Amino acid sequence: MYKFDFIAPQTAAEAVAELQNRGPGGKLLAGGTDLLLQIKARVMKPAYVVDLSRVGELAQIEDRSGEGVFVGSMVRLRTIQLSPVLAERSPILVDGAKLVGSIQIRNLATLGGNLCNAAPSADVSPPLIVAGARAEILGPAGRRSVSLDDFFLGPRRTVLGPDEVLLGVLIPRAPRRSGGSYLRHTPRKEMDIAVVGVGSAVTLDDGYCTAARIALGAVAPTPIRSVKAESVLVGQRLSTELITRAAETAAEDARPISDVRGSAEFRRHLVAELAKRTLTTAWAQAQGEEA
Amino acid sequence: MSKQILHLTVNGEDREILVQPYQTLLEVLRDEIGLTGAKEGCGTGDCGCCTVLLDGKPVTSCLVVGLQADGHQVTTVEGLESDDGLDPIQQAFVRRGALQCGFCIPGAVVMARALLNENPNPTEAEIRWAMAGNLCRCTGYTKWIEAIQDVVQEVKA
Repeated sequence: MYKFDFIAPQTAAEAVAELQNRGPGGKLLAGGTDLLLQIKARVMKPAYVVDLSRVGELAQIEDRSGEGVFVGSMVRLRTIQLSPVLAERSPILVDGAKLVGSIQIRNLATLGGNLCNAAPSADVSPPLIVAGARAEILGPAGRRSVSLDDFFLGPRRTVLGPDEVLLGVLIPRAPRRSGGSYLRHTPRKEMDIAVVGVGSAVTLDDGYCTAARIALGAVAPTPIRSVKAESVLVGQRLSTELITRAAETAAEDARPISDVRGSAEFRRHLVAELAKRTLTTAWAQAQGEEA
Repeated sequence: MSKQILHLTVNGEDREILVQPYQTLLEVLRDEIGLTGAKEGCGTGDCGCCTVLLDGKPVTSCLVVGLQADGHQVTTVEGLESDDGLDPIQQAFVRRGALQCGFCIPGAVVMARALLNENPNPTEAEIRWAMAGNLCRCTGYTKWIEAIQDVVQEVKA
């Protein structure tokens, strides 16, 4: 393995200080399931890694009642999958987290690692964008909060500065009479990476859609929202025909490439199909709450 | 870059060893402690041959920095055996002949033990999902599932 130094701070503030004092060449280490692969492949050659696994404050799931639920960046994806709090408060995040890797991988991989690795195909990103989550970030100048809509800059690039640490995400409480779901397409059922992932959420008032969010993964350099598809739904009485039209609009919004996992044309087709399915599920959930 | 002290408990025994900061937990177990049960197959977390329990939870030890296990409990395939002999899951693998070359088996039996600790009565579908992160290239899956189901039945009986 490429040789790096290992530093294990106890607090997030110490982690920021280590990055600041030691300077360029450092990488934050979370679950390691992406970073260690990149180091082994020598895609990444850090002089040192700052391990966050001893920072207890980052491993919390905290119900902040009215404000929402906070999920720390070091919470493991398997913990998210099995969390009763998140099953109730953010089932769409559970939808995404449970799809990543195997049980062994999910016991290591973290929410923050999956976000900060910033793969366009990451399965936790569209759910959090749909949920309107905000990233809470600690840096030398203090704390700041960034909407997940604006968090990603490109493949492997986020708004995090070189000496900033992602503390976690705040997921606002979902409105009444709303529903949401995330689906992805993979050729294999497990141990695969999304060819396309789509998350959708709708809020209803007496059959009319008052809010909608649709986020697409693996069809652009970052996960993206399809605002055009959302606007097809908002203010309208939901129907199967309208959902199909919104799903087709989402496919037009996608900017996919052709690669080993699928052609651009196939990916557009998948966006329409997965948008239709996730919107249909979200609609049914919202109707259930309305009844 | 210098070696650092790693304290951990492996198969119930406290250890204090000097390791390089860039050694994986798998390398520490195999090269420093001499427990060669866990295997390096792919080295990228896909095959599951390196599966060990970290604080009771199955992980791919090729993707853990050894020093990340500082202060934690590790169980390898060597730790499944007790004074009564092999773990029931190991006995079932033997009885069913659930292996050919055997390279993947240390990871597979550790994963099967983790599954049964969490869910003593899994359905066949739950067994298949749980074992999805363990690859066998000699096509042993059917017998793995039968071996795990044998242990489920033994516990019920």
